[in-house]
Amino acid sequence: MGAQRPYLALTPDDVAGLLGTIGVGSVDELFRDVPEGVRLRRPLAVEPALAEQELVAHVSALAARNAHVGAELSFLGAGAYDHYVPALVDSVLARGELLTAYTPYQPELSQGILQAIFEYQTAICELTGMDVANASGYDGATVAADACYLARHATGRTRIVVAQTVAPQVRRVVRTYAVGFGMEVVEVPHRDGVTDPGDFAAACEGAACAIFQQPGFFGCLEPAPELAAAAAATGALAVAHVDPLSLGVLEAPGAYGCHVAIGDGQGVGNPLSYGGPHFGFLAAREELLRRLPGRIAGETVDADGRRGFVLTLQTREQHIRREKATSNITTNQTLCAIAGLVYLAWLGPQGLRELGETCLALGGYARERLGLPLCFEQPTFKELAVRLRRPAEEVVARARAAGVHPGYPLGRDYEGMDDALLVAVTERRTPAEIDRLADVLAEAGA
Amino acid sequence: MTGAAGSGRRVPAGHVPVPGPRTWPDGTGGASAGRVQGPGPGVALLYEKSRPGRRAGTLPSYPLAKVEVPEGLRRSAPPRLPEVSEPDLVRHFTALSARNYGVDTGFYPLGSCTMKHNPRVGERLAALPGFRDLHPHQELDGCQGALDLMWRLQVLLAEVAGLDAVTLQPAAGSQGELLGLMLVRACLAARGESGRAEVIVPDTAHGTNPASVAMAGFDVVPVATDARGNVDVGEVRARVSGRTAALMLTNPSTLGLFDEGVEELTRLVHDAGGLCYYDGANLNAVCGISRPGDMGFDIVHFNLHKTFATPHGGGGPGAGPLAVTAELEPFLPVPVLVRRADGSFALEREAERPLSVGQVRGFPGPFGVLVRAYAFLRAWGPGLREMSQAAVLNANYLLARLRDAYELPYDRLCMHELVLSARNLKRDHGVSALDVAKRLMDYGFHPPTIYFPLVVPEALMIEPTETESKETLDAFADAMLAIAREAQTDPQLVRSAPHATVVKRLDEARAVKQPIVRHRFDP
Repeated sequence: MGAQRPYLALTPDDVAGLLGTIGVGSVDELFRDVPEGVRLRRPLAVEPALAEQELVAHVSALAARNAHVGAELSFLGAGAYDHYVPALVDSVLARGELLTAYTPYQPELSQGILQAIFEYQTAICELTGMDVANASGYDGATVAADACYLARHATGRTRIVVAQTVAPQVRRVVRTYAVGFGMEVVEVPHRDGVTDPGDFAAACEGAACAIFQQPGFFGCLEPAPELAAAAAATGALAVAHVDPLSLGVLEAPGAYGCHVAIGDGQGVGNPLSYGGPHFGFLAAREELLRRLPGRIAGETVDADGRRGFVLTLQTREQHIRREKATSNITTNQTLCAIAGLVYLAWLGPQGLRELGETCLALGGYARERLGLPLCFEQPTFKELAVRLRRPAEEVVARARAAGVHPGYPLGRDYEGMDDALLVAVTERRTPAEIDRLADVLAEAGA
Repeated sequence: MTGAAGSGRRVPAGHVPVPGPRTWPDGTGGASAGRVQGPGPGVALLYEKSRPGRRAGTLPSYPLAKVEVPEGLRRSAPPRLPEVSEPDLVRHFTALSARNYGVDTGFYPLGSCTMKHNPRVGERLAALPGFRDLHPHQELDGCQGALDLMWRLQVLLAEVAGLDAVTLQPAAGSQGELLGLMLVRACLAARGESGRAEVIVPDTAHGTNPASVAMAGFDVVPVATDARGNVDVGEVRARVSGRTAALMLTNPSTLGLFDEGVEELTRLVHDAGGLCYYDGANLNAVCGISRPGDMGFDIVHFNLHKTFATPHGGGGPGAGPLAVTAELEPFLPVPVLVRRADGSFALEREAERPLSVGQVRGFPGPFGVLVRAYAFLRAWGPGLREMSQAAVLNANYLLARLRDAYELPYDRLCMHELVLSARNLKRDHGVSALDVAKRLMDYGFHPPTIYFPLVVPEALMIEPTETESKETLDAFADAMLAIAREAQTDPQLVRSAPHATVVKRLDEARAVKQPIVRHRFDP
């Protein structure tokens, strides 16, 4: 053992010195408590070690086999979006003091992370119009499950209502988690791409929470204020799953009476990265503060009265409360949430609005330019469900052969929609690129 | 007494505060990442720096017709995001990073968190456009490189675990635990044993274990630790029954001790019809030395951010993959990565995986973290056991150097971490584990984990990791010994620490009583 091994600092002399101080003759002796029967008596059967430049060559070759959004013009969305990540985000995230720290258990050495979390919580509250937010969850799907666990304890009820216009991956995760929570899940079908408030109200009777998504998975704008009111009228927690980057132009859930607002932070300063890591956010009304899952940063003062920040309300958490905790979450997505904060600060309120307006305008242009029938005649944001003349899977294959990924085939998740394609248009898609999509789709016989 | 500890003595010799202005009056700029800075004015919040009309980001604008949001759905009042310039933002986050301590700053022996060096090549690799800009819904033929990497990582993890199949989905160890318990439930149901509701959890377990048990809908059955620091086998024998669903065990335990009775424990639980879950939080001690599968475990979670050196990011992201036995493989969450006969990779979904517990996250895995962990494992190759050997060697060296000044609750060789008790300092001088932790900051070190595990009073849980040099270990041991002496000669100096950090000891009780969890704007 010695410094020739990657990332070690001990020289052979050091090893000898350490063993001498410990008072054992060999490194193997340190493992004497490991019973004979459970020792591995051979080297690990894995490929030989690679020097750093070999490693870079090997992994780069793997990366080169992927059709990323820079290589293939992409209109894929369906829960993950090609939004621009400013250089500033990379620069901040490369700061080793932030990158290589852990959960700020010791606040005097963690003021940077704690203040950033506090600023992030504020940004999420401002975006969603809610009073309080946690320091992040894993992604937009698991925070939906978190909201259900919160609702079970807040209401004592066990039914979860989910609109079918909530992203399929979010609904699947909620169903998986609900088993352990002892909760049942009821889904409310859509009518013409959106959720009917009457249907929603009927399903909400006796429910712990009711989750809808704005904009819905098809890109259509839900009658969100009416859905929130329908849930609230039955005593269920109204939970809005929102696209954070829509909130410069779409109303904040807090402004129309939601109890909880959740969502996925991927597009907010986090690259696609094949689906992770990014973050989920969870914000709520003040009265739910002590039921929130996960870390929360709070403001306080030090011994001299100076402002400082700490992790607070920790009696909610697993390391104190164990099986009575509001969640088991420990490691969260802090660095991804900080990327979100940097991005939102880079954008500012005006930039956020412009971003929303640009997505709306590009969506309008795509609607007109593609010239395809819409699945649903509704106002939309960022995504558009269109009907094709042939199966969407076939059209995707043909378009990709021409270097364009035209979108997500909705038949993968919704029965009777094999001819439907969900086209995402973020601010990164130019009108010229939309023209190209239109041409490629036409050539593909769409 | 406070005054008697003159300011010249508050900051240990050799750690001179960074001279000069620390932060300008407007809250920008200031000292760079000096390990010891001393208190100073704070950094103004972004919201306090905000000025109407200022902005950083620019966006493309296209000559397109405006599309309006329908009345009633339109945003009524704009969010009060900060209005700041890009230079403001760079300085702000530079100032915040200077007020934070990471592994890059110095020694970070936070027990059970495995704060080792994070190799920088991982950052470069995760940022390759083929990974960073890859859409998770990309068609299979457009993501074979990503799937290949995931497959290779699965093969590596299965070998380290000594088990048959792997899922890379969980975002963190705690999500791995919860998923593991979902697998237990599904497996028991398939065996026709759905009535089993109890999960045995030792009193030394991380709090996540019982919290996960509750979220998975099981009941916790606690078991005690014996006089040698092992799980009390007799108690487990008395507690296992036809109601036992599983045992959750961390091995080495949070005491830093390898459980000498582990074979008997897993045998008892299996004989009673239960499953055995291995919490891999402390796997850094035994990679290539002893495999959980060979210890009798059915399910193992890894913490890639701990054992395989992906950056902890101030609290995350992490990754908590599971390895399982062949019996549990059919229940793994969808999508399941498979290799076809022609060598290509595919993702199987509900239709092909009818027994799956379902989906546990939005997309197949925390991919960027997986890339970094894969790189780390390939950099090590078959010699990985030397990583664990060095980690255990470093921990035992600290144990040897500190055992006379602090109490050692279990007099054994330790594994990758050691748990000491400051009970003697508390009893004799009124200096607690918290005080020792805070005083370590003045010496330029991050404190160890304190007050955990709960079975050790005034616990100091120290995990040096394999990447530290002898010089660093010696400097830390010297500081710990100096603090033990200070506890005798000047206890108030220790009790009032830290003195050399950017803030002094913070009032955590106040933050609970009067919670301020977001910036309050002036009306």
